[in-house]
Amino acid sequence: MARAERAPSQGPLALAWRRFLLRRLSVVALGALVLITALAVAADVVAPYPPGEQHLDDILAGPGGDYWLGTDTLGRDTLSRVLHGGRVSLFVGVSVAVLASVIGTLVGLVAGYRGGHVDAVLMRITDTLLALPALMVVILLARILGGSVFDVVLVLSPFGWMPLARIIRARALALREHEFVKAARAMGAGMWRIMFRHLLPNLVGEIAVAVSLAVVGAILAEAVLSYLGLGVSQVHAATWGNMLGGNEGFMTTAPWLVWAPGLAIVITVLSVNYVGDGLRDAFDVKTDVGGGADTAPEASAAQEAHRGA
Amino acid sequence: MIRYALRRLAAVLSILALISLFTFWAADSITNPTALIAVNPRITAADRAAYVEALGLDLPFWQRYFAWLGNFVTGDLGTSLVQNGAEVWPLLRTALANTLVLLVVAVILSLVIGIAVGTLGAVRRGSVLDYAATTMSFFGLSIPVFWLGLMLQLFFGLYFANWLGVTPPLLPTAGLYSPGQVGFDLVDRMRHLALPTMALSLQLVAVYSRYMRSSLLDALGAEYVRTAYAKGLSERAAVLRHGVRNALIPVTTLAALDIGLLVGGLIVTERVFQYPGMGTLFFDAVHAGDYAVLLPVVMIVAGGVFVMNFAADLLYGVLDPRIRRGTG
Repeated sequence: MARAERAPSQGPLALAWRRFLLRRLSVVALGALVLITALAVAADVVAPYPPGEQHLDDILAGPGGDYWLGTDTLGRDTLSRVLHGGRVSLFVGVSVAVLASVIGTLVGLVAGYRGGHVDAVLMRITDTLLALPALMVVILLARILGGSVFDVVLVLSPFGWMPLARIIRARALALREHEFVKAARAMGAGMWRIMFRHLLPNLVGEIAVAVSLAVVGAILAEAVLSYLGLGVSQVHAATWGNMLGGNEGFMTTAPWLVWAPGLAIVITVLSVNYVGDGLRDAFDVKTDVGGGADTAPEASAAQEAHRGA
Repeated sequence: MIRYALRRLAAVLSILALISLFTFWAADSITNPTALIAVNPRITAADRAAYVEALGLDLPFWQRYFAWLGNFVTGDLGTSLVQNGAEVWPLLRTALANTLVLLVVAVILSLVIGIAVGTLGAVRRGSVLDYAATTMSFFGLSIPVFWLGLMLQLFFGLYFANWLGVTPPLLPTAGLYSPGQVGFDLVDRMRHLALPTMALSLQLVAVYSRYMRSSLLDALGAEYVRTAYAKGLSERAAVLRHGVRNALIPVTTLAALDIGLLVGGLIVTERVFQYPGMGTLFFDAVHAGDYAVLLPVVMIVAGGVFVMNFAADLLYGVLDPRIRRGTG
């Protein structure tokens, strides 16, 4: 019996994967993402120099020769710093996205399935957080906390879960009226079992798309924070954002210092966006625009962290 | 209805109070505004004590907070703690005006372009044009605003001028006016506004055009548009008068909410272009621990979000007669 249940339940995922493979751009993006991740993870091996190593005879050296992408004001190799910076930026991006998605899924499931007062309270909290000037609060928190990678994850995580919570809640509200949920309840399944064994598998697509959006938001938010000098700030620690913030003043004499980390961000984020788009099609998720007027605030908020203007 | 409005107002006010408390606490734990004075070698201990006392910084946290709150509620914003006792209100007024100019220009420009691009994309769905617009909007969503700003500075401040063989910059890359400019000069102001507007607009156009495209596609599939065709309207009339008009509702609402959200969200753009608006004021105040400036900035921004939410509700009514007449 257990086996018979299992076989069809793999169907949707395999189907989604096959549909994903049909989208060439998304597949290319996924490949790019795998490559970028591999380079960042293997930065110690791949990078020509350690990220903090100073070459004092070659300060602000142009691209070429010993330094493919030039050096910065302290004589540090830009390519090595972009590779090592990628590790921090991707780590922050993925950690924040995963944390935010877990919170968003839990809040959405509980609110949608329980309903009533629990729902009202949770949604009030969600709406309030959505209405906060997120970037300002994040800056204030970042100033209070330190400049370690962990601090940055801690500062960004509480502000990315709300859009997903609202989507999951809406879907859970609809799903809980379905026969299979009623059947499970009749057989004595508890709230948590229904939520995780019966509702959650139906929401994989929504969650996958939301995670990709959250990764984009988190990478951009980390870049903004670091650019402002409030992100990861240990000596010689490179992130794409702090490379931009620290070198902005030398832009006209050493343009490679803003080109390299900036292009790294753009290529990564573009890839994640295309993968997300592929997932949306593969799982047939409609999170972009509902068309109805009432979805406007939600989509706007989803974009907000994203923009970090 | 009145009871609902009152309840909503009470909720908004209590949230604003909480935000002010958090901001006050945060400012308090970040920096002591007297830190700069303390390192001045020419200041005596007695002078410093007098300064601290004059600003009320020797009082406990709660007393200072409620003193501030009392003054704020009665419209007294007090003076900056660091800028030689400058009045807060003029600083705030100038910054707010500068930010609103940039924001409104960028949002309206983006809205016009976004609606046009989105409409074309929906009407000519699947065409090369539609494909190009979609690709462009993906790029728009993937380029961080501050990096786009830096690139614009690089291109307009250096590359373009060099390629054209003229003296750089082609467009001013920072500030409000050219150095030495006194008073208001529309052309100079517009030239300085050009790059920050472009930096902000790319993302806004990307969002608005996608939004417009999909809501217009929804509208074109709706029955009232089919009815319009059926009663013999031309395609142009059916699309424009029935489709576009309905599709405008969500995108306009989004733009209204954006103005509320972005009043404080221009921190990065303003920093890149050294634009003296709310974001710059906020950022400087955070670093100086100047809560007298910080708190009103945060309150205006937080309040702005609620006001624009309300404005968006009203806009629905103007654009959609069903809501105006209905019970909603």
